[in-house]
Amino acid sequence: MTPAPALHLKTAILIVIMVSVAPLGDMFLGKGMKQIGPMPDWDPTGLFGFFFRTFTSETIWLGISLLLAFFVAYLLVLSWADYSYVLPASSISTLVVALLARFVLHESVRPLRWAGVAMICLGVFVVGHTHPRTTEH
Amino acid sequence: MLTAAVLYFLIVVPGTCGEMCMSHTMKAVGEVKDFRPHSVARSIGRAMKLPSFWVGISMMAAGFFALLGMLSIAKVSFVFPATALSYAVGTLGGRLFLGERVTPQRWAGVFLVCVGVVLVALGKG
Repeated sequence: MTPAPALHLKTAILIVIMVSVAPLGDMFLGKGMKQIGPMPDWDPTGLFGFFFRTFTSETIWLGISLLLAFFVAYLLVLSWADYSYVLPASSISTLVVALLARFVLHESVRPLRWAGVAMICLGVFVVGHTHPRTTEH
Repeated sequence: MLTAAVLYFLIVVPGTCGEMCMSHTMKAVGEVKDFRPHSVARSIGRAMKLPSFWVGISMMAAGFFALLGMLSIAKVSFVFPATALSYAVGTLGGRLFLGERVTPQRWAGVFLVCVGVVLVALGKG
């Protein structure tokens, strides 16, 4: 079994990669979907056209590529760390997403929503101080 | 409103169950200790031979398509924080289905995340 300090270090490195790459991917997805327009109601023809436009968008593919990199890091960290540790710890990316939305996409973000994001980050901080692995494999 | 509620459900429930399947799969593969590209590819290849990987991918795909739909009708800064409810669902799932020991401190962190979710939702209007 990997010693605790080494386990913490490699868990932290992979989570940093995850929270760096995922928000950028999310931002490109958000930008791409806004370019495509609102999803139609549950009409099959409208839905087909909607998904066709989605998957022929370069912006969407850039977002998907970044999220694929996130997914590989996510799988690797889950090979040793608890799901109930990785999931909340990676939610620190919520802050990065809100910052990107405000300063890159120029969306308005109300103070109450910022308070919510801050609370989520505090929760992540508390979870981050627990041991990443509580099960034996 | 109904569309948003259905999409939100699809993001949180199948999305989280799919991630739990992935966690179960990767624990079965074993701890990755060698991070050279071919070793990483070999580990992921081993995971892809397990049925739980494909069950997880299918459920995560349902959550992903719902996320795309939600992004087309709501702002990025609302959609992603609001999906934080999946952290509470995921922690409960980790405790109940994956046998993880969730300490009071970890639950406290999850509670703070849930409070954050409520604040984000209130901040939408």
